[in-house]
Amino acid sequence: MVRPNPEPEETVKRQDKMRRLLPGFRLTLGFTLFYLSVVVLIPMSAMILRGSGIGWDGFWKYVLHPRAIAAYKLSLVASMTAALLNVLFGTLLAWVLVRYTFPGRRLMDALVDVPFALPTAVAGLTLGNLYGPQGWIGQWLAPMGIAGVNSQFGVVIALMFVSLPFVVRTVQPVLESFEQEVEEAAATLGAGRWRTFFRVVLPTLLPSIITGFALAFARALGEFGSIQFVSGSIPFRTEIAPQILIQHLDEHETAGAIAVALFLLIISFLILGTINLIESWARRFQN
Amino acid sequence: MSIELRHISKRFGDITAVRNISFTVGEGELVGLLGPSGGGKTTVLRMIAGLETPTEGDLFVRGRRMNDVPVQTRNIGFVFQGYALFKTMTVFDNIAFGLRIQKQRCADIAARVEELVKTLGLEGLERRFPHQLSGGQRQRVAIARALAPKPNVLLLDEPFGAVDAKIRQELREWLVQLHDELNITTVFVTHDQEEAMEVSNRILIFSRGNLEQLGTPREVYEQPRNEFVARFIGVMNVLEMTVSGGIARLGGLSFPAHGHSEGQTLRIGFRPYAVQVSMSPNEYRHQAILKHTYFLGIMLRLELETPDGLVVRARMSKEDYARLKLEDGMSVSFQIREYRVLAREGEILTPEVSIAHPTVLGEGI
Amino acid sequence: MARSIHRVLTPANTRSRRGADESRLTQWLLIGIAAVFVGLFLVLPLVSMFYEAFRKGPRAYISALTQESTLDSIRYTLTIAVLVVPLNALFGIAAAWALTRFQFRGKALLTTLIDLPFAISPVVVGVMLIALFGYQGWLGPWLRAHDLKVVFALPGMVLATVFVTFPFVARELIPMMQSQGTEPEQAALTLGASGWQVFWHVTLPSIKWALLYGLILTTARAMGEFGAVFVVSNRIAGEMPIPLWVDNLNADHRGSEAFAVASLLAFLAVCTLTLKAWLESRHQHEEAAGLWTTDSPVVNSGESETAFTPHTPS
Repeated sequence: MVRPNPEPEETVKRQDKMRRLLPGFRLTLGFTLFYLSVVVLIPMSAMILRGSGIGWDGFWKYVLHPRAIAAYKLSLVASMTAALLNVLFGTLLAWVLVRYTFPGRRLMDALVDVPFALPTAVAGLTLGNLYGPQGWIGQWLAPMGIAGVNSQFGVVIALMFVSLPFVVRTVQPVLESFEQEVEEAAATLGAGRWRTFFRVVLPTLLPSIITGFALAFARALGEFGSIQFVSGSIPFRTEIAPQILIQHLDEHETAGAIAVALFLLIISFLILGTINLIESWARRFQN
Repeated sequence: MSIELRHISKRFGDITAVRNISFTVGEGELVGLLGPSGGGKTTVLRMIAGLETPTEGDLFVRGRRMNDVPVQTRNIGFVFQGYALFKTMTVFDNIAFGLRIQKQRCADIAARVEELVKTLGLEGLERRFPHQLSGGQRQRVAIARALAPKPNVLLLDEPFGAVDAKIRQELREWLVQLHDELNITTVFVTHDQEEAMEVSNRILIFSRGNLEQLGTPREVYEQPRNEFVARFIGVMNVLEMTVSGGIARLGGLSFPAHGHSEGQTLRIGFRPYAVQVSMSPNEYRHQAILKHTYFLGIMLRLELETPDGLVVRARMSKEDYARLKLEDGMSVSFQIREYRVLAREGEILTPEVSIAHPTVLGEGI
Repeated sequence: MARSIHRVLTPANTRSRRGADESRLTQWLLIGIAAVFVGLFLVLPLVSMFYEAFRKGPRAYISALTQESTLDSIRYTLTIAVLVVPLNALFGIAAAWALTRFQFRGKALLTTLIDLPFAISPVVVGVMLIALFGYQGWLGPWLRAHDLKVVFALPGMVLATVFVTFPFVARELIPMMQSQGTEPEQAALTLGASGWQVFWHVTLPSIKWALLYGLILTTARAMGEFGAVFVVSNRIAGEMPIPLWVDNLNADHRGSEAFAVASLLAFLAVCTLTLKAWLESRHQHEEAAGLWTTDSPVVNSGESETAFTPHTPS
């Protein structure tokens, strides 16, 4: 994540120059660091230290509890499924929004942000109703033997809803800046639309699609609010990882909550690291 | 005949980009489409490629009507202004792209790519990605990629537009050499008249969707068909004069009325090289001050100001300048050896008038 | 979250013609799939939300909203927003200034740190606060000795919300200030302006829309946050913000009341989206007028040839 610094000497020189040029370096950086310390670093260290007090045995007991493992599995599989479906629909949406003009395009573009803007509790409430047995969509699913809520299906739907914009908004700008000439070049060389898309466009979009996938996946993995409304929290079946944490808290097992939280934190860092790696890999093709 | 356009027009909505254009390009010719931006030249190039469809008219390549042939099957090599290289592919894969589309055998592809890499001087760069290349190298990759499938025609859109001035000159010469070597019918677009003059066998000059003139560089320079061409190709002094007493006048300068009646205006144009300058204030008819000398390399451009405030541009070799011992601020005299009466837009120009006998001018002055 | 006012607000792509386009049929097919997807997946939940909220008539709706606990939850939510938004705005401006106007070691690390809330699950954030301020937390004994309560009370909810929402303003400002460069500010300095004058008269006017957009996002998110606040709340009726109250009502099988209260937040979301759309058109308008210098792709227009046949100068 820390990119290599240029020549030390040069850095120092540039630093001095920049510092002289505009005022406020100490003030703004100082405030930024202070704020981040109070809000992020101190609570995080508190949790890490409290966690280390639990000891390895206690930690693993909580983290590897069968019920917890079932929840991780669902979290992982459901988030993965939701993110993959979003790659499909999100890329399609981005393509349609960037490439075609049609009535309602601006509205569609604005609607993509609904999951960003709608509080997750509200999303969970309305999705739970919509996909419930009497809901507008759920009543059609029931005869097919699909339970829209209190089911893994419902979890996937909710996670898909909250993470959709990440894929669209990551792919969209890349598609917008994609040069039309490149596709025309492929055409003059004899490539048809499909081949141009798969050989030329898709490889260029791929880093942004993967980034979008990772962001959507990370968002889905951490989601709690909407799931609270649709999953029914059935142990071993529809419980997701954050709900295990809540369950520990409800039972006043703070140590358990902290152990699971630490575990989730580590996973978050791994994902964040992966996203950074992908982005630096994607920069390979930039000038 | 390699390319033929018959009465081609192209409209985008209400805007006519190209208006009733006909021309032919012979096999193996190197032709430049020249004009200011908005002239329609790029649209013509893209129609030949199949990237745009003509609204009216017929387009033939090697005798076959191409209007409805999709771009993929036209067998055209197109080099884009921004090169449009495939960023995620190496130089090798970029060049091989068209061959792979044709499903050629691997060995054949490798051989053809290697051949082009040699021809275009790209040895050792095959494994690089486009972002690891210089501007000139990128352009050569773009040309190699276009040439790989052995196209019938090579089309280049502003091929020298994206490189800096010094490399431009080298690239021009290089393009001429490449064309001589491959002898492929080549059409390129440029807005730079010098570039068009230097590189092309023939030039087509476009303005506002019209084909203004078509000819060899020498023809368009020496016999421009209209004022637009005359002014676009090279530098021209233009004087707007009013006829009075049978003579067209502007300040101290005067010309015969050329059939224009009293009170009418006519426009006179003359090239800077047609202006003869002397350091002696009385050798020629017109007096002026040498306001400024611009050094353009081997040639110099002089800016003369007449007592009435008219500015006349003259051109002179370094040697002549030294011989005449000219200096900025000097009083000089000049005369105009050749000029032409400029027709109104769309009208055809009359030939140049040569002032062999100063009496023609001197008459009535 | 790779969003910024730039990217999201890039003007509609006005490509006129492409030599190699999909067939009309394919285009409409894809548009159709997208429209059906958006309709079923994004619009229907919103519509159903308002339908459910008003199903039992306006009287039930109003009584759900005016009951004591609902009013308390509204008070809580507004208090949180009023405290969190200015703090995060200040932080966003300071961070953006430090990160875009100076070079220093650890800049990349700091940037990553600002993105942290996007990666961490909100419930984990809540647990962090419990680890620090809870009964057995670091500061637990001290807080108890002074009879102060942070977690399971309003201060904890405020802190949790600050954590979850602090990147929004910074994330909007950083790309904007980066693309604008420091030349206008340097010019102001050469004209004798002081640091504050530079900020007020040069920087602030040029980032005001991005700042406003960041504030809107922060407000929306602060009012809607569920997970982090859920963990640090005591979950007693009357002492929770709106989203938790919705959950509480729903858990008590008071569905129609839950929808009525939730409709407040849904309305807020619709306002957010509308404001965003308005800001976008504002931005495009000013951009067209040349007031903004952005790195968005240049769309040629007018009589230039490129208007018909766009090619990208490189």
